[in-house]
Amino acid sequence: MLINFISWIAVALILATSTTLLITRDWRFSLGALAAQYLAAFWLITRHLPFAMGSAKLITGWMVVAALGMTRLGISNLEEENVESFWPRGQWFKVVLILIVTLAAAGTTSRIEAAIPGLGLPVIAGSLLLIGAGLVHLGVTSEILQVILGLLTLLTGFEILYGAVESSILVAGFLAVTNLGLGIVGSYLLIAGFYPADTEEQA
Amino acid sequence: MNAPIIWILIPFLMGILIFLFLPERHSPLAGGTFATILAIVALVFPIDVALLLGSISLKISSSIQFFGRSFVLNTADGPLLAVIYGLAALWFFGTHASGTANRFVSIGLMIVSLLTASIAVEPFLFAAVLIEIAAMLTIPLLVPPYQKPGKGVVRFLIYQTLAMPFILFSGWMLAGVEASPGDLGATTQAGAMLGMGFAFLFGVFPLYNWIPMLMEESSPYVTGFLLWALPTFTAIFALGFLDQYTWIRNTPQLISTIQLAGVMMVASGGFFAAVQRHIGRIMGYTAIAEVGLVIIAMSLPSSELVSITFMLLIPRGLELAVWALALSILKRRVYSLRFSELQGIARSHPLAAAALILAHLSMTGFPLLAGFPSRIALWQELAGQSLLISFWAFLGLLGLLIAAIRTLAVFVMAKEQVPWQINEDWPQVIMLGIGIIGLFVLGMFPQILHPFIRNLPALFEHLGQ
Repeated sequence: MLINFISWIAVALILATSTTLLITRDWRFSLGALAAQYLAAFWLITRHLPFAMGSAKLITGWMVVAALGMTRLGISNLEEENVESFWPRGQWFKVVLILIVTLAAAGTTSRIEAAIPGLGLPVIAGSLLLIGAGLVHLGVTSEILQVILGLLTLLTGFEILYGAVESSILVAGFLAVTNLGLGIVGSYLLIAGFYPADTEEQA
Repeated sequence: MNAPIIWILIPFLMGILIFLFLPERHSPLAGGTFATILAIVALVFPIDVALLLGSISLKISSSIQFFGRSFVLNTADGPLLAVIYGLAALWFFGTHASGTANRFVSIGLMIVSLLTASIAVEPFLFAAVLIEIAAMLTIPLLVPPYQKPGKGVVRFLIYQTLAMPFILFSGWMLAGVEASPGDLGATTQAGAMLGMGFAFLFGVFPLYNWIPMLMEESSPYVTGFLLWALPTFTAIFALGFLDQYTWIRNTPQLISTIQLAGVMMVASGGFFAAVQRHIGRIMGYTAIAEVGLVIIAMSLPSSELVSITFMLLIPRGLELAVWALALSILKRRVYSLRFSELQGIARSHPLAAAALILAHLSMTGFPLLAGFPSRIALWQELAGQSLLISFWAFLGLLGLLIAAIRTLAVFVMAKEQVPWQINEDWPQVIMLGIGIIGLFVLGMFPQILHPFIRNLPALFEHLGQ
């Protein structure tokens, strides 16, 4: 009973963090929300996977947050790019999007539980929320950091659900490498363009 | 010795060593030679067969356990490994001539080894994760440190990442479908998930918009390598699905959907190629159209399915390498690859222009060139299945031919008094020459590929048997 209650708290935390990720324009808040999101995901993952495997995912996630944070900190004087003027930038628009995702997740959760019994409602709800929020995130932004955050959110949601049906250590390891790789690629793309061309390599 | 160690682990480590310790100017020779050695070893030493060399008995075992799962490369994989590493060697040797730097060879070796791991891993659906990791490794090649990332590379990363969850989850659902084949709802859901995953991986219409973008914003040689490597291994991965899950092949709706996706790619790729004014984008759309042909080949209800698919895939590596090399050479001489900048370039760079046109014609299926025999085989099977699909595929190839003729017209559109001269340097002349000869040899003597293709159907237990 208590475990179920904590699982629903984790789902609430996921809703809060994914909303923060979508709304905030301050990268510090975004990365803080991502770190908290990994904590909630860790709890839901350990409902089906051993504690050690869940911990590995948590640590990997936090490493990604650290990598992105350190990179973004080093380029804090980035010029603001006005590339997203096409999309509505209002926070209410994004809140409405998250509400739609929440409603869709609420509507689908019980159906998935009926189709795949034993997963647990909080696990499914948390996973669907993350997948939906990740997709929304990818849909409304083309800024590098935001795209990476969207992809990481989506992958975390997928990992919660997939962890419940596939417990292979190899896949868990590969998925950890994928998460870490996305963090490193994101960091690389953030700093790309800030280095002068190497004359030997250019020639 | 162990096959996965030889063709997966050692090339990966070699890539790291080249990256860390070898100067950029030496890496094409080192990487190319190493890949050639791996190709020769794959050709000469059959996997899992004991060979007696004097008093020494030598056997390359086929599998290795890793975290409870197997990586298996068996005897039938030998010719495939030879082709993969042979073509990779061609790409690596061409690096210097193309002027591509930024650690192409070292990262390229790691990418090829990871993709090789994707055909060796069991259960085979875990290949989706390895393909995703390989796709991420290409990012530093596509975006040099001194260049701001464009929209194409971001879309590429998003689409490749989205593919992985779809395929992994569909793999799990497919197991359920096999257990209860009568469940139509589960079958539809699994089919839809699988289709979405491969649509992202292959870049099915309209999810291929990153390809022409990348051709504009990144190095043509690197993008060409990407357009060769990823669809090739994705096709092998897709053949694995068709082989493993018999019901996919036996569901007419699914096969029709696959055919439709392929035809859409060929027709739209051909149409867009015909109306472009940027030769990089033309190459992108041509590559898209050819992936469409591969998808059509995979949907054929024929025992020749595997042979035709590989007949399309193998010359494709050579065609794209020659085309990308020629594009890279031209790109170093002009401001952009737009038609307006390239008028009369054939007079100053005749070899690069000729190689580009020949590679393009080969991909349209022009007679005597490498792409012709595979097109003939495909047409022969396709004409018996559906004249409508054949017609749309023909229109697509016609579009590619129009693009080739337009490019040729621009290349020779020079003033009368401009003299003909060869401005390509020796390495470029040699690599382009080898490529052009290769295009003709594969076109006129396609039986050369027979020893490689003959045993490839054995890779798949049910397909083409």
